[in-house]
Amino acid sequence: MTATAGAACAALLRRDLLLAWRRRGDIAMPVLYALIVATLFPFALGPEEALLQRIAGGVILVTVLLAMLLALDAMFRGDIEDGSLEQLLLAPQPLALMLAIRIFAHWVTTALPLIIISPLLAGMLHLPTPVMGVLVVALLLATPLLSLIGAILVALTAGTRRSGMLLALMLLPLCVPVVIFAAGAVAAAQQGLPWVAPIAWLGAALVLALVLAPLACAAALRIALDA
Amino acid sequence: MANWIPTWLHRLGSPPTFYRFAGAVRPWALALALITGAIAAYGGLVLAPADYQQGDAYRIIFIHVPSAWMSLFIYFAMGVAAFIALVWRIKLAEVVAMESAPIGAAFTFITLVTGSLWGKPMWGTWWTWDARLTSELVLLFLYLGVIGLFHAFEDRRQGARAAAFLALIGVVNVPIVHFSVNWWNTLHQGSTVRLLGPSHIDARMLWPLLTMMAATKFYYVASLFGRVRADLVAMESGKDWVKALAVEETA
Repeated sequence: MTATAGAACAALLRRDLLLAWRRRGDIAMPVLYALIVATLFPFALGPEEALLQRIAGGVILVTVLLAMLLALDAMFRGDIEDGSLEQLLLAPQPLALMLAIRIFAHWVTTALPLIIISPLLAGMLHLPTPVMGVLVVALLLATPLLSLIGAILVALTAGTRRSGMLLALMLLPLCVPVVIFAAGAVAAAQQGLPWVAPIAWLGAALVLALVLAPLACAAALRIALDA
Repeated sequence: MANWIPTWLHRLGSPPTFYRFAGAVRPWALALALITGAIAAYGGLVLAPADYQQGDAYRIIFIHVPSAWMSLFIYFAMGVAAFIALVWRIKLAEVVAMESAPIGAAFTFITLVTGSLWGKPMWGTWWTWDARLTSELVLLFLYLGVIGLFHAFEDRRQGARAAAFLALIGVVNVPIVHFSVNWWNTLHQGSTVRLLGPSHIDARMLWPLLTMMAATKFYYVASLFGRVRADLVAMESGKDWVKALAVEETA
């Protein structure tokens, strides 16, 4: 007897979240990393408020991106080591759906904490309070996109040994549009210009990626674990 | 009679046949590349008049623009080969896609270097965060990502397939990057040479440009075939035809 796709999704989600919760320290790592990077910027550039205010949006976006990149590597690492990824490949439920759940669980455990502390980072860098809302919206749309694109690339490198630097080399060119639009929205809001258009572009890209990325991720995983 | 083309293409897909075919084509492609390249260089550097505004400095266009064309053309060729490799699992297509990447990366690098050499006297800066420059840089990173992923696997074929998949993702991404970067910032001039309608360039400057473009294509074919031949021999080193080849060479 096979479980329905819904039941399998729920079981997988519960397992992933439980595993993350049992190792709460790992969740804190990207957050700590982002905090430290955001703290280093004023040291490097000087504490002048006007300058920090101007670069705050971009710095936070890049910091979040790098923190996510750091956590991405672990997305399938444990599962490959203990063999549960092969079970997922063999499962009767569609692999793309299962991977979508995994990506969602990964987003909840790595990106969501970063979004929650992003107003704090913004405050440290003197981003004006009215802009914070736009920053959070931009992050809410940009981080799932990064998780989805990143998942495809992590799946591709699943069969390799050294993947840290390689992952950065592969991901950074692909996420240029995400950074441009997310930072564009924040910058526009800061200058008092309409910021809906870049946010709408991000949303459109997210919808597209939500449909295509799990399929691509499944195909990539099958290629990478073929041997 | 009509199906000799698919039959021929089908046989060409087998490594030993392609090895011989590429070996026969390569010297011709290389010779054509050298001859057309020399003609284009003479036409561009000597015959073509100086630009009314940029003087002789514009002549770097005869390297810069053909390289830029090739950087995109090879990416496209790599994408097609990658698609064929993933869909029909043809070994030769994997090799073609993977051996195209370093050539494409080289052309992209040449484009960036000549562009910045040209930019210094004309724009007054080596580098600017302009849309076209930035997308060319991103293209270079995409090439490097494909090469890096290919070499990260211990198994060549698996690495080739994974990297081919990445190349396809890149094909989807290149236009997105281009438009998003365009929207972000632009300084570079628009296209001067157009396929449809009159070009904004003097005919005496246009023909060396087009000839150089042909030369770079021939060079790509020659370089690619040489690389593919070497790769095929390395990959099929246990097979009989390579053994026969080695015996033939040493005898």
